[in-house]
Amino acid sequence: MTKYLIRRVLWAIPVLLLVSLVVFVLIRAIPGGPFDFVGDKALPPSVVKNLEAKYHLDWPVWQQFCAYVFGDSICTLGKESGSGGLIQGDLGPSYRYRGRTVNDIISTGLPVSAQLGIMAMAIAVIPGVLLGVLAALKQNSAMDYGATFAAILGASISNVVLGPMLIFIFALELDWFPVARWGVSAPYFLGFIPAPTAKFWLHAALPVITLGSGLAARITRLTRASLLQVVREDYIRTARAKGLRERVVVMRHALKNSLIPVVTMLGPMFAAVLTGTFVVEQLFAIPGLGKHFITSIGNRDYPVVMGTTLLYGVAIVVANLFVDISYAWLDPRIRYD
Amino acid sequence: MAVAEKPYVETDFALRKERSPWGDAFQQLLKHKVAVGSGVFIILLILMALFASFLAPFPYARASFKDNYAPAGSITQLEKPEFAGKRYWLGADYLGRDILSRTIFGAQVSLAVGFVGAGVSMIIGVVYGLVSGYSSARIDNIMMRFVDFLYALPLIIFVILMQVFFKAQARHVTQGAASFWTPFVAIDQKLGGMFFLFVALGVLNWLGMARLTRGQVLSYREKEFIEAARMVGASDMRIVFKHLLPNVLGPCIVAETLTIPGYIFLEAFLSFIGLGIDAPRPSWGNMISENYAGLYAVRGQSLGEILIDSHLLLSVLVPSVALTVTVLAFNFLGDGLRDAFDPRLRE
Repeated sequence: MTKYLIRRVLWAIPVLLLVSLVVFVLIRAIPGGPFDFVGDKALPPSVVKNLEAKYHLDWPVWQQFCAYVFGDSICTLGKESGSGGLIQGDLGPSYRYRGRTVNDIISTGLPVSAQLGIMAMAIAVIPGVLLGVLAALKQNSAMDYGATFAAILGASISNVVLGPMLIFIFALELDWFPVARWGVSAPYFLGFIPAPTAKFWLHAALPVITLGSGLAARITRLTRASLLQVVREDYIRTARAKGLRERVVVMRHALKNSLIPVVTMLGPMFAAVLTGTFVVEQLFAIPGLGKHFITSIGNRDYPVVMGTTLLYGVAIVVANLFVDISYAWLDPRIRYD
Repeated sequence: MAVAEKPYVETDFALRKERSPWGDAFQQLLKHKVAVGSGVFIILLILMALFASFLAPFPYARASFKDNYAPAGSITQLEKPEFAGKRYWLGADYLGRDILSRTIFGAQVSLAVGFVGAGVSMIIGVVYGLVSGYSSARIDNIMMRFVDFLYALPLIIFVILMQVFFKAQARHVTQGAASFWTPFVAIDQKLGGMFFLFVALGVLNWLGMARLTRGQVLSYREKEFIEAARMVGASDMRIVFKHLLPNVLGPCIVAETLTIPGYIFLEAFLSFIGLGIDAPRPSWGNMISENYAGLYAVRGQSLGEILIDSHLLLSVLVPSVALTVTVLAFNFLGDGLRDAFDPRLRE
């Protein structure tokens, strides 16, 4: 297991390096540069040239990439970039937000996005699995039909639809929740856990529901289908024949195995939550990282694009790793050596 | 002897219903009423999209500045004879464009993206999976490691970056700069910005299909009928496309149907963040996003007045309902197909 983990983590490094290389080249290949406009006005060419020289955009791309990853080292051929490089955790300056570094932008935006994402995952997984199990155990009952229908409806409503609707109904018409913005700000406990004030929950309710309900619906459907398949297996019949109580059969024997497809979904689901934050943060004007990612592409703010992309890459790689580890726990037949 | 005297009865084989897996599945599907209803709905939707220019009362880009935010049922102020007296049955948006017409045209985008995205990724995935599964273990291994590698990448970020790249190239070309991209941009503009969307969606989403196909091929390739085909001297090409493909295709189509809602959502998402279809062509995603922003503009003008006129809400509600109902229909149909093709789930 340890060997497998080490191999997976080592494997992630070339993956992430390749991602950063592709993004690095692609974002620079897009016509238009970071200094084309300031506000609505175009900058004079001489100023653009100076700014590009300041951020070393006049270097060949491979040297820029080298400096981005390794900082000042042998591969920049003695030129000074003034950056520690990725290996020292220095993600460089933002071109648009003067005086702010990418590290700075990430450290203010990430906790908010993480709070939003974790809560959305929680309301997706917990009610999703519960509802799916209940529906499967009482197959063809009113409960089952209700849950199945709710789940298929929930899976058919896009974030883009649900967000505005919730804002209209619950924020504008009924005035139960605030329309926008986030209820807490730094400092956070352990870097991302906010103080659970009423204001925090009120601000979080609508965005979290927008982000999580579609995933909850998908998990409900998957859990139900998977559990229905598992309860027809021979080992469940064996367990019943041994005279085990129904509760033990379901909880110990059936549920654990039926969760394997659900866990498989968690990897892609995590990616869906990440992209969902782009929309939800835009809709609710939440100062998270998703908004920065979208606007930085439009602004050609290269270091911010790189920083956020790498962060999402790391998050997805780590999520997939957790998924693979949890397989081994859920199904003893799966062993990694 | 009694037994010998029993007359030989020739069974009338022609009368017996022939059964094939596809026929069985279709029979099963017909039993699934909701799925059939969804299928009919989708066919109607396709017809609506195909004949949108005949059905829609207004062209999608026809704006009228006297009619912005016109309430539902009001008569247009446009004075051209072909529009005179026509009504905005569901109101007009912030530019005075007919919401009903735009919603009808929006179906073109969602359906095209759903079907073409699924089609492109299915063709790539099935061919890749067939080749990988049928090749020697060594090549198979390399091909699948490559898929594993791509799986680890955050694909959605690449979809977003590709869209930005394509859009910027298109802007570049329309400003008169000739480049490698000129012919592609021309195609893209004919399709209202959909071509690059197809490329971005299809090119990156075939991984699951490749894995599924390969798994299917592996389970079939040592079967007797493949061995028999090889024995009579069929070429590899023939075995793969004539014998393996038809067996593999069923589950692949079912799996791909289930991904169509994902493509429709992705288009709505991209259009929402401004990276989807080019204006003024409507898609349900960019209608929601534009009209939603338009509502805020109106609310901003009438400060202090907490009230949303129902006709303003319609501009967001109509494309939202269209999107939701369409995806719902695809989900029901996909579920029905999956149940129909899975003999284990039959009663």
